[in-house]
Amino acid sequence: MTIVDPEKIVVDPNLVNITINDKPVVARKGEVIIAAADRTDDFIPRFCYHPRMSSVGMCRQCLVEVETPRGPMMVVSCMTPVAEGQIVRTATDNVKKAQEGVLELLLANHPLDCPVCDKGGECPLQDQAFSHGPGESRFVEEKRHYEKPIAISDIVYLDRERCILCDRCTRFADEVAGDPLISFTSRGNDTQVMTFPEEPFSSYFSGNTVQICPVGALTAKPYRFKARPWDLNETETTCTSCSVGCRIVVQSSRDELVRFQGVDVDPVNWGWLCDRGRYNFESVNSTERITTPLIKSDSGLVQSSWSVALDSAARIIRHALANNADSVAILGGARGTNEDAFAWAMLADELKVNQRDSQLGDGLTPEIFNLAQATIDETCAASTIILLSPDLKEELPVLYLRIRDAAQKRKSRIIEFSSHDSGLTPYAWRSVAFEPGRQAQVVRETLETKDMQEQIQRGEVVVVVGRANLAENEAFTLHALGEVLHAIPNAKILPVLRRGNVRGAVAVGLTPQQNSGDAIDILTKAAAGKIDCLILLGANPLADVADSILVKQALAQIRNVISIDTFITSSNQNADVVLPAAAFAEKNGTTTNLEGRVSNVTQQITPRGTSRPDWMIATELGLSLGIDLGVSSLDELHQKMISAIPEFASCDNEAAIQSDGVLMIHDALATISRGSKVLVDRNSYDYRLIVSRTMYDAAQSTITSNSLVGIITESTIYVHPLDLARIGVVDGTNIRVGVDEINIVLPVRAHSGIHRGTAWLPYNHTNVDIRPLLNIAADVIDVRIEQIK
Amino acid sequence: MSRLSEKNLVIAKEIIARYPRQKSALIPLLHLAQEQSGYISKDAMVHLGELVGVTSAEVYGTASFYEMFRFEPIGKYLINICGTMSCALMGAEELMHHAEKRLGVKAGGTTQDGMFTLAHAECQAACTEAPCLQVNYRYRLRVTPADIDNLIDDLQTGKLSDEIPAHGVLSKVRQVIPADRAVGAIAPELVTESPVWLNGKAAL
Repeated sequence: MTIVDPEKIVVDPNLVNITINDKPVVARKGEVIIAAADRTDDFIPRFCYHPRMSSVGMCRQCLVEVETPRGPMMVVSCMTPVAEGQIVRTATDNVKKAQEGVLELLLANHPLDCPVCDKGGECPLQDQAFSHGPGESRFVEEKRHYEKPIAISDIVYLDRERCILCDRCTRFADEVAGDPLISFTSRGNDTQVMTFPEEPFSSYFSGNTVQICPVGALTAKPYRFKARPWDLNETETTCTSCSVGCRIVVQSSRDELVRFQGVDVDPVNWGWLCDRGRYNFESVNSTERITTPLIKSDSGLVQSSWSVALDSAARIIRHALANNADSVAILGGARGTNEDAFAWAMLADELKVNQRDSQLGDGLTPEIFNLAQATIDETCAASTIILLSPDLKEELPVLYLRIRDAAQKRKSRIIEFSSHDSGLTPYAWRSVAFEPGRQAQVVRETLETKDMQEQIQRGEVVVVVGRANLAENEAFTLHALGEVLHAIPNAKILPVLRRGNVRGAVAVGLTPQQNSGDAIDILTKAAAGKIDCLILLGANPLADVADSILVKQALAQIRNVISIDTFITSSNQNADVVLPAAAFAEKNGTTTNLEGRVSNVTQQITPRGTSRPDWMIATELGLSLGIDLGVSSLDELHQKMISAIPEFASCDNEAAIQSDGVLMIHDALATISRGSKVLVDRNSYDYRLIVSRTMYDAAQSTITSNSLVGIITESTIYVHPLDLARIGVVDGTNIRVGVDEINIVLPVRAHSGIHRGTAWLPYNHTNVDIRPLLNIAADVIDVRIEQIK
Repeated sequence: MSRLSEKNLVIAKEIIARYPRQKSALIPLLHLAQEQSGYISKDAMVHLGELVGVTSAEVYGTASFYEMFRFEPIGKYLINICGTMSCALMGAEELMHHAEKRLGVKAGGTTQDGMFTLAHAECQAACTEAPCLQVNYRYRLRVTPADIDNLIDDLQTGKLSDEIPAHGVLSKVRQVIPADRAVGAIAPELVTESPVWLNGKAAL
C-alpha cells in the first residue's frame, strides 16, 4: 500500500464537488447543474437548454430542488451554476409535480397533431410528455390558432401553433449563425417567432434550427412528410460537400436518402451544418443521375455495358500510351474517398501517367501542406487568427461558425486581409483591404505597425490561407503568406482548399508527379494538341476551371475523354466513355478534411443503377489494361493505402476514424519564401476583378437538388456605390463588362463591401457565363464596365 | 411609408450618441419614427436597424412587444374610451355609442379623413373621475356625450392643437443633451475597474 502525502495531492481548482440524487458528481466551475447531470444517469427534462448555446431559462422544464439553509428550493437547472457541496435532487415528489405542471402548461396551447407531425416519434415534447408529463390536461378551452405552416425561407416552414417558445431557433440565429433574421414578436399570449415582414430567414445555417427545434414547429422542405422517424435507417458518416468534413448522420427510407443531421463532434462541427451540405443529398436521389456506362456513338452517348465500356476505355488509354506516355492526363479525384483517389493514383503509377491534378487551377500548391499546420481547434484557440482566405462563410461555412465563435465568445482576434468584405469582416479586430495582386505589400506594411506587433506577441498565431480570388495568380497569395511567415516565423497555417477530399487526394498522389505541370499546364498542353486522352474523375473542367476559353480549346483538341462521374455535365457530354460512379452515401471509405483529419464515410443506400465506387472502376479498368492493382476489397485497399502512404500511417485506429477522426501525420519541412511579383498598375478607368464563389452557385450538386436550385442567383457584378454613380447607371441595370475584345452583358449592383476601383463577380452563377473574361494566364484581370448605349 | 427625415436623422444621431451601445437607442428611436408618421412603417424599421446595427427582424421584435407602438396608419387623434368597471358603471358604453355615431366609425376604426381613431381602452387609472377618455394619451375626465361633441369640434377646428399634438408626439419639448454634457457612459464590457464600493477599502 502506498501512502500519499496529503500535502502533495494537487487539486484542480476548477473542480467542484456536488451531489445529484445522493450520488457524488464532479463538475467544473461555471457549469450549470443540468450540464453536470448530463454526465450521470439522471435525466433532467428540458426544451430550451442546448449545450452549445447560452442558457436562457425559457421553458422552465428543467426544475430541480437544491438544498439550501432554509430547506429545498426549486431552481431551473439550466441557469443555476454548480457550487461546492451543492445537493441536487431531480426526482422528488415536489420536483415531479413542478415538472408535470410546466409540461401541462406547455401542452395547453400545443396542438395534439402528432400523427401528422413530422416530429412525431422523435419529438422531445412528445417523449417528455410521456416520461415527465401529467398524463392528462385540465385545459378544455380552445387552443391558440395561427395560419398553418408559413414558409419563412425557401427551405424552412414555421408552424406557430406547435411552437413552445423555447428560444432555441432565435438564439441559434443570433448567437451561433450571426443572422438574427428571426425574432420573438408581440408579447404575452401573442408571442410568436417571426421574420420581419417580407424579409425571409435566408440564413446559410437555417437547417440547424429545424434540427434543434424541440417540437415540430420548424420543418424543412426536403423532409416534410417524406418519412416517419421509426422507418428511418441511419449511419454516421462525414460530409464531403466541402473540406471542413462535418460529421453527420445520413438517414434513408426505402433505400432513398431523406435527411442529414449534424453530429456533435468536438474537433469539427459541434453539431452544426450548413444548408448546402444538409440538403444537397437531393442530388444523390436525382433522376438525372447516370445509371449505366455510356459510350459515344454517331447519335451521341448511348447506354452500354460495363465490359464494353471498360474495354473501350482501356483501348483508348492503350492507344494513347502507345503514342507517348505524356499524352494521357488525369484531372479530378478530390470529391471521392481517400481509397478512390489512392486506387486511381496506383493505376496512374502503373501506367506511368505523371500528369494528374486533383486541384483544378483554383487552389494552391500542395507544398503548403508541408508547412507547420494548425487544426481547427488550434486555430480557434489562437490569440491571433490571420485570414488570407476566401470568404469562409461562403465556401467553408461551418469553419466560419467556429472562427466566428472564437472571435465573439473566446479570446481570439481576427486580422483579415481581403479584397472585399467577407462574412467575418464584422467580427474582425482589424480588416485590411487590398487591391488584388497587392496583398504581399499590404501584409508587410500592416504587420510592421505597432498595434499589430503587440497583438502578434500575445500568443499563438494561425494563418488561414486559401485561394480568395480566381481572377488573380496564386503566387500573390503565396507571397502574402511568405510575408506573414517572415514576420511571424512561428505562425502555423490552416490551409483551406476547395473540394471535400482535396487533402486526401493530394496525399495519395493525385497531384502532379515528377515535375510535370498542374491542371492549367495540362489544359494548356491539351489546347496545343499534345494530350490524346483525358481522364476526368468527377471533374467538370468547363465549370471548375476559371478560364473557359482555354478549357473549350483543350476539349476540342483532346482526341478522347473518359469521364467517371455521377451526372452528364458540360465537360463530359461529348466524352467517349462515361462510367457511372457511386455517389456520396453509396460507398464506404475514408475522407480527409482541410486540417488533415481522416474519418470514415459510410454507405447507406444502394448505388443507383449499375454505378460503382471510383476505386472499383480503377481496379477493373486496370484489369482491362492487363494491370492487377492487387486489391479485391475496400479493406485490402485501405490497408494497402495506410502502409503505402506515410501520412496515413496513423489511420489504423478503426474506432477513432468512425467518430472524431484521426489526424494524418505530417512533417513541417517546407518553408515558403517572400517573393516579389511586379504588377502593372491598374488603368484608373478600369476595375480590378475579384472572382469568388458563393454558397449557392450552379454546382452540380446544387442544381440537381430540388430545394436548393431555386436559391441560386443570376450572375451579377458588384461595385462600390460611388463607382456605380461613376458608371452612371442605376442599381440593377444591365451593363457591359469587357476585357480586350471579349464582352459580356449582366446586371450591376452597388455593394458597400466592395472597394473603389474593384468589382466583385461571383463565380459560376446562372444566366450569364462570366468565365470568358477570366484569362488564367493573366496575373490580375482589369475590366471595363460601360453603359449599354 | 417613410424612413426618417433629414431633420429627424440629426436627432436620431444625437440620441444614439448618448448610449455606449448603439442598439440601446432603439426605443427612443422608435418613438421618433412614430412621431414622424404617427405610426412606425416598415421602411422606418429598416432604417432604424441600419442606424443602430441590428436586423429589421430585431427592430420589429423589440417594437412589437410594446402596445403603444403602431404598425398601421392611425388617425391624427387616437381617442381611447375607458370601458372598465367604474367607467362602465358611469356610462362609458353610452359615450362610445355617441362617439361612434358622431365619427361614423366603429370602435377600432379610423375616420376617412384620417383625423380620428376610436378605440376601447382598459382602465386608465382615473376611476374617481369616471367616465374618462384619453386623446393621444391626454385625459378628459367626467365626460358627457356633449363633451365628446365639443372635443371633436375643437380638435377639428384646431383649437386644441397647442394642448394635444398629433399621435406619436410624446412631448412638445424635446430633450437635447449637448455632447459635452453627456454622461459618456462606457459599455459594460469595456469597464476594467471594479466599482468604488468593491475596491476593498470599504468594509463589506
